[in-house]
Amino acid sequence: MNVNYMFSLLAVVVLILLAYVGVEGAGLQVLFGVIIPYIAVFIFIAGFVYRVMDWVRSPVPFRIPSTCGQQKSLPWIKENKIDNPSTAGGVIVRMIFEILFFRSLFRNTSCRLNEGAKITYVWEKWLWLAALAFHYSFLTVLIRHLRFFLEPVPVCLQLLEKVDSFFQLGLPGLFLSGVVLLAAVIFLFLRRIYIPQVRYISLASDFFPLFLIISIAITGIFMRYFTKVDIVGIKEFAMGLVTLHPTIPDGLGGLFYVHLFLVSVLFVYFPFSKLMHMGGVFLSPTRNLPNNNRAERHINPWNPSVKLHTYQEYEDDFREKMIEAGLPVEKES
Amino acid sequence: MNDKNKIITGLIIFIVIITFPFWYNMGKASPVPEPKLTDKAKAAKECVEPKEYMKVEHMQILDIWRDSVVREADRVYINEKGKKFNMSLSTGDDSCMGCHSNKADFCDKCHDYASVRPYCWDCHIEPPKEKK
Amino acid sequence: MSERLKSDEDFSKIDLNPSKTGWMDTPTVIKDGMFCFAAKPQSVKTLDLPYSREWNPKHDDWKLPENWKEIIYEGMRDRLDRFRTFKIFMDICVRCGACADKCHFFIGTGDPKNMPVLRAELIRSVYKNDFTTFGKIFGKLGGARPLTLDVLKEWWYYFFQCSECRRCSVFCPYGIDTAEITIIGRELLNLLGLNIDWIATPVSNCYMTGNHMGIQPHAFVGMLEFFVDDIEECTGVRVNPTFNKKGADILFVTPSGDVFGDPGTYTCMGYMILFHYLKEKYGLEVTWSTYASEGGNFGLFTSNEVMKRLNSKMYAEAKRLGVKWILGGECGHMWRVINQYMGTMNGPADFLEEPVNPITGTKFENAKSTKMVHIVEFTADLIKHGKLDLDPSRNDNLKVTFHDSCNPARGMGFFEEPRYVIKNVCNNYYDMPRNCIKEQTFCCGSGSGLNASEDMELRLAGGLPRANAVKYVNEKHGVNMLACICAIDRAVLPPLMGYWVPEVDVTGIHELVTNALIIPGEKEKTVNLRGEDIPDKESDPDEYYVRPAFSGR
Repeated sequence: MNVNYMFSLLAVVVLILLAYVGVEGAGLQVLFGVIIPYIAVFIFIAGFVYRVMDWVRSPVPFRIPSTCGQQKSLPWIKENKIDNPSTAGGVIVRMIFEILFFRSLFRNTSCRLNEGAKITYVWEKWLWLAALAFHYSFLTVLIRHLRFFLEPVPVCLQLLEKVDSFFQLGLPGLFLSGVVLLAAVIFLFLRRIYIPQVRYISLASDFFPLFLIISIAITGIFMRYFTKVDIVGIKEFAMGLVTLHPTIPDGLGGLFYVHLFLVSVLFVYFPFSKLMHMGGVFLSPTRNLPNNNRAERHINPWNPSVKLHTYQEYEDDFREKMIEAGLPVEKES
Repeated sequence: MNDKNKIITGLIIFIVIITFPFWYNMGKASPVPEPKLTDKAKAAKECVEPKEYMKVEHMQILDIWRDSVVREADRVYINEKGKKFNMSLSTGDDSCMGCHSNKADFCDKCHDYASVRPYCWDCHIEPPKEKK
Repeated sequence: MSERLKSDEDFSKIDLNPSKTGWMDTPTVIKDGMFCFAAKPQSVKTLDLPYSREWNPKHDDWKLPENWKEIIYEGMRDRLDRFRTFKIFMDICVRCGACADKCHFFIGTGDPKNMPVLRAELIRSVYKNDFTTFGKIFGKLGGARPLTLDVLKEWWYYFFQCSECRRCSVFCPYGIDTAEITIIGRELLNLLGLNIDWIATPVSNCYMTGNHMGIQPHAFVGMLEFFVDDIEECTGVRVNPTFNKKGADILFVTPSGDVFGDPGTYTCMGYMILFHYLKEKYGLEVTWSTYASEGGNFGLFTSNEVMKRLNSKMYAEAKRLGVKWILGGECGHMWRVINQYMGTMNGPADFLEEPVNPITGTKFENAKSTKMVHIVEFTADLIKHGKLDLDPSRNDNLKVTFHDSCNPARGMGFFEEPRYVIKNVCNNYYDMPRNCIKEQTFCCGSGSGLNASEDMELRLAGGLPRANAVKYVNEKHGVNMLACICAIDRAVLPPLMGYWVPEVDVTGIHELVTNALIIPGEKEKTVNLRGEDIPDKESDPDEYYVRPAFSGR
């Protein structure tokens, strides 16, 4: 039992109960359906902008890319233009690989200490795979939800749904992304519990978003496949929100408001937490700068003026010894 | 800082994307669809099950009916109240579409609204239009 | 340490599973052998850095100034405003743990606070507490904790257990660079006068005398003249290095460690022979400077201001002597500074010419702004154009592998040049496994100013992953020589090898180059620079693979 994850689990359970009781018991549909979601979206956008602008406020004094490939040097040595870019184009490709394919995480290995004083580094792509699966399925789920917020539903969205329900399993048709999302996020949770080092570094604030997302996924899956909700009513509700004419249709059920409330909490939590890695990954100076310092000077806006020990002072310190050793001097005495 | 502009541009693009639903729907009226009942359906007053149940479970019923008819050749559905129905989607008057013969106004309206595409009509032939 | 040689036993004691108690609740104990002594007050004073005093890390009282918390708080605020890296790296870590087992100090010690993520978390926790609403609201649950004396001591202990090798940053999905965090952490500690002596004293030496070792100009000349005699003894050629010579073509700057201790001295002799060769054959004049007699820059391990102060000498001296451009010797962190900081800090070097190799006509496009070329780039270019007369069979007694030094590897991308040179001067070359070389190379365990003797246990533990990979090629291919391009490596790898893989010796690349170089007018060579027999051409090279005696330490 771990205090960190128990606390986060408890927090999410409380949030769920809050929304459920609030709607089913106290009839606070307007609060949970309209007021909180609007506030959440506002906080998300404002907070996100604030955080990024706060980063931008600080300059990047030095160009310090982590070079992960051969530098550009002599013309006959093949440079690695992506892992060690020397041009803006190379940086863009490197960033695309980082952001879309998690290039650096793909390098991951796991270290083992073996008998006979041997260290081995073994293949470990599960974290990369789960991270990729998690982020892409989350993105797909998010985009799929636009069908509730757009009227008419654009063709590309219908296409995405078609691909996502490719297997035509069950009724209503199974969306793969939802299942993958839940599986991946549970994997990410389990590795925080079972890998001793990762458990050691995990904070309550690492478990919280995981439980939150697990709960969002589960409530969503329940609504779609098991308890069923009035989908036309939900669209009416969602359209009301985005056209700024909120309405509360009857019969949406407590589970729906729980789902919505947890998403709102996620939105609010986002800009203040590590989830800001979404914006930060674009700004990491070890990845988004070319390794061309020796060819093009990088400017540090606050380059300090510092006290130096000049050659003249040095010669003054050692003039006699220098002359004795036959070293040329600027002043003879 | 020369990267300030780039980052702010990126930030604006991000905001435009996440607020997409707000401006996409701007100035568009999107009335909530009301499925229309034919005179025959109105006269019948009640479907095989109550309206609220049908609203969320009709696809499950159709799914069960299909299996029952195709695999067990059982075409009789008995509802909660013990009333018997012919299990058929679109064959003849004694079928779903026999009553709800207005597919465009009864089925498609909501399905399109919620972006749901049932594959009923991959196999079944739509009821002829003039039967409306 | 050295009197108890039982490396296997030490290895079996490593446990990578962290303790049951959370890291915030596990007090840090400053252990002997794992830390470096405190900076001498005089060294701190020489540099006009704050709070020079006698203090001892083992004592309870570190004699901190009254308002030390305020100083740290202001220091953090100031650095958050000046370094976007600091802000972003504090904010976006998701604690995925990908970096955890990438750190050589974690692998070697099993101390969970040596996991890069946790090392960063030591300071991130205080950042959250003092600078973020998130931390203020959620406190410990959000990973925040107030700055206390114990926290400060923990910072000191663990920021001087990081060698700023940047291996973790290669694996981090956001490129979070623990080196950057350690650099800033050490800057903060320096605000309270909490440096280690192995850094502070070389820095103050370098500031006053021009090099870390504190070698005064006449002594510097004298030491190189000793090498002239040694070179003559084994090659029959008398080289004639020039010092502080105005109007020379090129200024050469290399770490003073190579002037000082074996086996770096052989590399230094290598440079001298190479320059002699180039002068005799092509008339190229390379001069040494006694003022800029240090390539390395322990200022990097102190603060960016101190780094700038030390680094400025290179350009100042190049300008004074009126050379065309600067050539830099084999060194690790020196090249991190030159490649990633020098132009920014002390440029633009518009008084120098864009570097061109006058012998081959090659333009060093990649160095056209900073105007400083790595000697291995330079030598690789000479070899490529057939300008060096080489007999690689003279190195047939060696089976060589190459240790990519952290800084040229991950701060530069310097992979193929050294390999090209080694392969052209040695017939037997074997790389270590892919996970331990190039951008994934392991630190020697003693980088970033940790190469003192009092922290030997830390060094041997941190060097374990490197040594283990060397052991692998030693067992598989009979490798007996570890080549490197770093003066700290040449100083620290011999004891590391001695502990974990005693069959392997250490060399710089230019020692190998000049062993193979046929110098005009040389006598028939029978011994190499180390005075070891050169293999007979007719003999079977295999018999040399296992070296009979192990010299060098």
